[in-house]
Amino acid sequence: MSGRGQHPAAPIGERVRALEEALAEKELVPEGFLEKRVDQAEENFDARNGARVVARAWIDPAYRARLLADGTAAAAELGFRAAGSDRLVVLEDSETVHHAIVCTQCSCTAWSVIGLPPDWYKSPAYRARLVREPRALLREMGLDLPDDVAVRVWDTSGETRYMVLPLRPMGTEGWSEERLAAIVTREALIGVARVTPP
Amino acid sequence: MDGIHDLGGMNGFGAVEVERDEPRFHEPWEARAFALNSLGLRQLGAYNVHEYRHAVERMDPAHYLAASYYERWFTAIATLLVEKGVVTLSELEARAGGRFPLSRPAAAVKPDFATQPPSPRFRPGAWVRVRERHPAGHTRAPRYVRGKRGAVVRVARAEELPDLAGHALPAHHETTYHVEFAAGELWSDAAEPRTSVVVDLWESYLDAAP
Repeated sequence: MSGRGQHPAAPIGERVRALEEALAEKELVPEGFLEKRVDQAEENFDARNGARVVARAWIDPAYRARLLADGTAAAAELGFRAAGSDRLVVLEDSETVHHAIVCTQCSCTAWSVIGLPPDWYKSPAYRARLVREPRALLREMGLDLPDDVAVRVWDTSGETRYMVLPLRPMGTEGWSEERLAAIVTREALIGVARVTPP
Repeated sequence: MDGIHDLGGMNGFGAVEVERDEPRFHEPWEARAFALNSLGLRQLGAYNVHEYRHAVERMDPAHYLAASYYERWFTAIATLLVEKGVVTLSELEARAGGRFPLSRPAAAVKPDFATQPPSPRFRPGAWVRVRERHPAGHTRAPRYVRGKRGAVVRVARAEELPDLAGHALPAHHETTYHVEFAAGELWSDAAEPRTSVVVDLWESYLDAAP
């Protein structure tokens, strides 16, 4: 920000380096702490985790039931443990109801299954518009929902984290779990796209 | 606070651009800023997640909108570490070689949540109305649902009350509820047909509205 009468701010990269160095000089940064945290994010926070949860739910009705009853526990069954104290609730799409997720006040997301959120999810435009004009916004983003499908938007304003369980596309009968997981996108887990076979 | 962060329902924003094959971090400093929050929150225990969210909200509104996500994230971390006395602004400016914008100070709030409400007070299907509160401090009741009536669709876990924890005040846990609002209730004549919004709300934000 460079308001009137103010010098421009130091570049953001310089500001981050400055804080890191100030903390390091006070010996407040354990050796390798920051690198390890970044590595953890790279390893653990990935939409491919959510895709595997969805694929399992599509082929295993008992798992699907457990997932809808307790998303946190069912995701943990596959090794995907929520970051911090997050509670995972899975939203089941049907022929008559479509779900989509937003966080209007910041950008909360179920990191363990959706990954760190993409820039579009964090954009003011998405946060402002999805709760007010979901049909128009989803249409712009390439998802044109028929009028007879109800749209339910979930604002992540508390500590619950959400993931959409999208409809399994036609033409995927008999597919393996791995093959199904490969077609589930991050956008489908957030509810701004449907899953389509390649 | 009725801040710039509370974007739900605002007009005037344009298209949402989806970047193909977006990397987790666009610049190396973004990854460092991401990790610095873990350092401040967990390793140093300098602040809690509610204080962190509030520190983002306290950014100058023009800076908030111009900043990228991780610049907002970083500004909150630096603000809290300065406010808690871990580092000083002058040493940060000297090291960065220029101005180092921080968030504005928190309002001195005295939240009206002296006692823990009887919890859980509402059951699934109950009609509730969001209290019309406009606190100067942290809250997680978005503006677009205040005064609006909705139905409880799920009784969720008890969670620390952000309005207190966001100011490092002793905070009790209370039940949170997933409350569904019909689009017509929220946006009247601007509502799209057959749409609704579910918002996750603390019990103190709600009154019975049968």
